[in-house]
Amino acid sequence: MGFFETGFQAFYWGNALMLLIGGGLIYLGIARKMEPLLLVPIGFAIMLVNLPLGGLMDYELELKNTTGVPARVISIQIDEDARISEGDIILKLDSGEVLAPIYGKVKEISVSPGQEVAPGETLAVMITTAQTPLPTKPVGLLSRVFAYGIMWQVIPPLIFLCLGALTDFGPMIANPKTLLLGAASQFGVYFAFFMALLVGFNIPEACSIGIIGGAEGPTTIYVTSILAPHIIGATAVACYSYMALVPVIQPPIIKLLTTKKERAIYMKPQMREVSSREKILFPIITAVIVILFVPMSAPLIGMFMVGNLFMTCGVTERLSKTAGTALIDILTIFLTLCIGATMTAENFLLSKTLLVLLLGVIAFATATAAGVLMGKLMNLFSKEKINPMIGAAGVSAVPMSARVVQVMGQKANPRNFLLMHAMGPNVAGAIGAAIAGGVFLGMVG
Amino acid sequence: MAQEIIEVPITGKIISVNVKPGDKVKEGDTLCLLESMKMENPILAPVDGTVSQIGVAVEQVVKPGEMIAIIDYQ
Repeated sequence: MGFFETGFQAFYWGNALMLLIGGGLIYLGIARKMEPLLLVPIGFAIMLVNLPLGGLMDYELELKNTTGVPARVISIQIDEDARISEGDIILKLDSGEVLAPIYGKVKEISVSPGQEVAPGETLAVMITTAQTPLPTKPVGLLSRVFAYGIMWQVIPPLIFLCLGALTDFGPMIANPKTLLLGAASQFGVYFAFFMALLVGFNIPEACSIGIIGGAEGPTTIYVTSILAPHIIGATAVACYSYMALVPVIQPPIIKLLTTKKERAIYMKPQMREVSSREKILFPIITAVIVILFVPMSAPLIGMFMVGNLFMTCGVTERLSKTAGTALIDILTIFLTLCIGATMTAENFLLSKTLLVLLLGVIAFATATAAGVLMGKLMNLFSKEKINPMIGAAGVSAVPMSARVVQVMGQKANPRNFLLMHAMGPNVAGAIGAAIAGGVFLGMVG
Repeated sequence: MAQEIIEVPITGKIISVNVKPGDKVKEGDTLCLLESMKMENPILAPVDGTVSQIGVAVEQVVKPGEMIAIIDYQ
């Protein structure tokens, strides 16, 4: 192009719709205070990548002579800088046509008609914003951060380290029964997994969709980045927005499955004091046992537990303070900008995305239901009754779902103060989600 | 006249006290706000009655079992 090109020519209705979606997320974050630390950067990144030609999320893809034998170029079918769709003919060789493997734009045609090309020689270079398994090279600011931070699986496990430094496992150690509630909620993960298979997703995609039910952003992103990177924007946004919507999604399900009398079940607020020795041993023992059983969960569980040890051991206060404040903020900035950046109109405005969002909410709902039903089941067998609502906190989404349980419990019975009881299944759910992710990766990855 | 003692359920800091001795309260009214685990948690009156004593003040750090208020009721 010899002249200055603006973004207007390339702008289409899809970009406009994505600008509205990005703006909507920013609005929810600022005006409604819904997860502002996540939604504001995600929303802004969505807007940035939908201003065409900005190049923030560009990947370069070299199209080579893959025939294995020398070939002759017959004709060039497309101009440099032209936009192309998947399947468009780029050039013709004597041995056949060279098609665009993915949508994007032709950056450069490296050959001319009549030229002989050796096997493996580059024919053309194209630019795409798609997340694809093809051998692309990130060439934009955010695609580089995304490729080396998220696709190399560095950032999500490090965020788990920070979460570990912020998580108090005390309520769970004081009442280990709550582990069962956190485990029961993982039913939502597997239910959504099978539903996704039923509506036609392949197995790696279904795993990535199911894990939304674990209600853990980093876990969802980690699993999707390995198994189905092309839907990472949809699964991440589903996970984070449903976590923000927990106070809307959970109460009707809890009410449906419990009577007022069950919701009013009183639990003594004081739990036994957990010693610092227990709190120190817990992350060490958990890491050893869980990783031996589910090796693929090592990056998540290992980081989660080392972060937790920083907090509990009493001699690494500086590390735990950094992990819980500065480091998690830095990582969150990178993570959220990248997630927003995957949502270009071409990537996001697909019927698949809507299905992912729908299955995600089903995952959350069934996880909630499974936790509550497990709570009711446990009451059949134990003398000291628990309030079955605390099972709903097993979906993780720390501490949002514990908070929902606390508010509903107090409403049903003003004497109730279920927060600490609900934190048990809540943190157990975070461990459960990481394990479920490890199980999927072990099976499919 | 019976008495109901409302105790602190969880370690935290009192950020507001919404009633004073002599106030009449209804079941479910907020007695005070307790900040714990980065959340504001309202402490509610469990019965209809009259506040006869308050055991906490704003900015006070409290531990489980400490008295928040005593409510006299019929």
